[in-house]
Amino acid sequence: MNKVIRFLPLILVIALGVVLYRGLSLNPQDMPSALVGKTMPDFSLVTLKDANRTVTKADLVGDIVLLNVWATWCPTCKYEHPYLLELANNAQLKPYVKLYGINYKDELLPAKQWLTHYEDPYQFSIFDEQGTLGLDLGVFGAPETFVIDHHGIIRKRFAGAIDTRVWRKEFEPLIKQLISEKQQGK
Amino acid sequence: MLNRLLFIVVLTVTALMVTSAVNASPVETFEFRDEVTKVRFQALSKELRCPKCQNQNLADSNSPIAADLRRELYELLQQGKADSEIVNFMVSRYGEFVLYRPRVSSITYILWFGPALLILIGIIVVIIILRKKSTVKEKLVLSAQQQDKLQQLLQTNKVDASQNSNTDKKEKE
Repeated sequence: MNKVIRFLPLILVIALGVVLYRGLSLNPQDMPSALVGKTMPDFSLVTLKDANRTVTKADLVGDIVLLNVWATWCPTCKYEHPYLLELANNAQLKPYVKLYGINYKDELLPAKQWLTHYEDPYQFSIFDEQGTLGLDLGVFGAPETFVIDHHGIIRKRFAGAIDTRVWRKEFEPLIKQLISEKQQGK
Repeated sequence: MLNRLLFIVVLTVTALMVTSAVNASPVETFEFRDEVTKVRFQALSKELRCPKCQNQNLADSNSPIAADLRRELYELLQQGKADSEIVNFMVSRYGEFVLYRPRVSSITYILWFGPALLILIGIIVVIIILRKKSTVKEKLVLSAQQQDKLQQLLQTNKVDASQNSNTDKKEKE
């Protein structure tokens, strides 16, 4: 008994070391969204390309939705853009998954130019100049991507750029699951 | 003297650091209805964490999202929302994460009660150690037999000593 007590400090220090070492490899930006499992918040905003067209939540609900937050001031969005085009043109996904954009806290003209210059992967982009929809979604930067199911419930939030590796790891299984849920009429 | 000098130096340096930190705070102008709202704004912007720059509160950070949230906080206060409503508003969007003082729930029990528990364990350990020491002391008390023997030894010692001193005195004489 006494011997065990003598080694107790050493054991405690080692345990502490293990905990702290593990902390080094955790990504502090990777936090669960408070909105996962909740319905998509209501909004009423104009689209980026057509200032006369007002879109609401009803325009999004029904399909499996990828909602991508982007802006011209965000370099990572530029990196992500080609892969979004690839996703939008993916023949397997096309019948089920719709990609929409939120142009987050951006200027109208450069944003429009971005879409003509780099091509437009989105069904439409919501022009969220003040960041109000972003605030309701708990967005704190760009790019961020939300997965919304056909009932309008947010199923996933991902902060950071999507590329092939991220898509396979983070999105593909969920999208497959959602497609089968929709087909089963759940 | 040297200690005192060192103390003064440390104090000035800390004071300088504090004032420069204040200077680095982002500047915005909000007009408040009354002093109470102003104080509430200051308190809440210190309690809410910036989601982007995670080691800063809303008052500290000059990231765009923090500026947005400060503006939102201001507007909610102007609308006359209660503190708890504002906190709920932020938590429902950004998660428990935005609270520097997390709520008491099953996942935060360790945060809230861990320190108290550790202190309790510490106190218990100290008590156990002290108890052990006092039992050791009790063992040091001599039995009657030992006491007698000690007395005898001391007495013979005294006799020896007095004889010795007598002889000493004689030698000196």
